Amino acid sequence: MSPADVLRRLGRALTDRIWRLGYASRFMLMTLFYSGTAFKRFQLTMREIYFTGVLSLIIILVSGLFVGMVLGLQGYDTLQRYGSSEALGVLVALSLVRELGPVVSALLFASRAGSAITAEIGLMKATEQLSAMEMMAVNPIARVVAPRFWAGVISMPLLAGLFSAMGVLGGYLVGVQLIGVDEGSFWSQMQAAVDFRQDIMNGVIKSFVFGVIVSWIAVFEGYDADPTAEGVSRATTRTVVTSSLAILAADFVLTAFMFRGI
Amino acid sequence: MSPDPLVEIRDLNFAYDNRAILTGINMTIPRGKVVAIMGLSGCGKTTTLRLIGGQLRPTSGAVRVAGRVVHELDETGLYQLRRRMGMLFQFGALFTDMSVYDNVAFQMREHTDLPEELIHDLVLMKLHAVGLRGAHHLMPTELSGGMARRVALARAISLDPMLMMYDEPFAGLDPISLSIVGELIRKLNDALGISSIVVTHDVQESLKIVDYVYFVSAGKIVAEGSAEEIKHSREPFVHQFIWGESDGPVNFHYPAQSYRQELHAQPARPSGWWS
Repeated sequence: MSPADVLRRLGRALTDRIWRLGYASRFMLMTLFYSGTAFKRFQLTMREIYFTGVLSLIIILVSGLFVGMVLGLQGYDTLQRYGSSEALGVLVALSLVRELGPVVSALLFASRAGSAITAEIGLMKATEQLSAMEMMAVNPIARVVAPRFWAGVISMPLLAGLFSAMGVLGGYLVGVQLIGVDEGSFWSQMQAAVDFRQDIMNGVIKSFVFGVIVSWIAVFEGYDADPTAEGVSRATTRTVVTSSLAILAADFVLTAFMFRGI
Repeated sequence: MSPDPLVEIRDLNFAYDNRAILTGINMTIPRGKVVAIMGLSGCGKTTTLRLIGGQLRPTSGAVRVAGRVVHELDETGLYQLRRRMGMLFQFGALFTDMSVYDNVAFQMREHTDLPEELIHDLVLMKLHAVGLRGAHHLMPTELSGGMARRVALARAISLDPMLMMYDEPFAGLDPISLSIVGELIRKLNDALGISSIVVTHDVQESLKIVDYVYFVSAGKIVAEGSAEEIKHSREPFVHQFIWGESDGPVNFHYPAQSYRQELHAQPARPSGWWS
């Protein structure tokens, strides 16, 4: 292959991606524009919150507990070298509410709920259910896409909060109950060091942004999937891969904005 | 033909990426009649239905439904028109997350403020019309192909449309379901006083129920006439199609280079490293 061909292919791949990003942005604007139904008939969104949020609870809660337990073990191991094992509560809580809660729960949400949303919308397209809806004068973006999008956006911060809470519990079980860190110091230092606005609210903002990103990618990939078995499978994979990368990249950008160290 | 047809297609052309799908199509669907659009798979029949339903925009020409040019309507106008159209998709396209009952009630709940008691009665009436009142509690996955098609038919007529469009209603059905669906199309058309367009390549079943037939080949209308006229047509394509002959203007072989040349050519490389 000549260098010109390589350059041409690279250019083509780049313009294709930019075109697709533009298309996805337009799709997002249309979803926002047609979101009236999702709020006027909130039971449609509630149903999706059940499927995306409530049914993700088990994986979120169990993962949160384990992540917190690991943080307890690793944190104690490091802190006790400096004689500050009482600060374990602070370490566990700050790690969870600032970073691990929003990020890990968003990654889990993308693989559990995002992939399901993409597969469902993609299969609805492949079996002509979306076309049928259009022919029945019902806009599929308003009826199918927007409720799923908003369900994801609403569920994500709640799931991240529950993940962090379970993580703190896991850290407590390992740090206090198993290793024997002083219970009073564990909780009081945590209470003193965790700031509501700087730590908790920033975590909530992050998880809200991740909710928008994952839900947007999931509904777009489903709606844009090739209407074949292979097309839906590819779209589902793209949802998980793209969402995961986007979550991590957005996390860096948001953390940089929220960082007060400099 | 009636002086005020429900659907009128004039000089319709449609192309995907410069590839012509339909060329110079002229059709008239009179009120109260069942009209079939026949032709081989991929000849542009379903595209014609999508153009009538406004899901595609013509490259040139126009589709007029009830006096309104479909592609000139704005979104509200198009949706208002679609409320008066029903479409039966090839495999039913039932909403798989809803029961049979909820599928039929879908449009009533979306477009009307009718109380649930009335919707209940209407749904059962529509299902009774297709013989599936007893199946209202089932999910689409529990239905056979023929039953799914009939439920989809009940859903399509739920708001009493003026025009019904059927996309391959006979595909993949056993002989009994096939004749049930065929009879239903005719009976519903006459009982509800609607007009119907049936896109199909099932000759024997459709010629029993239709009033007029358009034959489409490679995006053009090659023949038209009443069912009797079509049966006795001398047009070679129509003759081959009606009698299912393997010899005729439609080739068995896909266009290729000469057989001898191809046999002596280098074998094609596998399309991927995994082959």
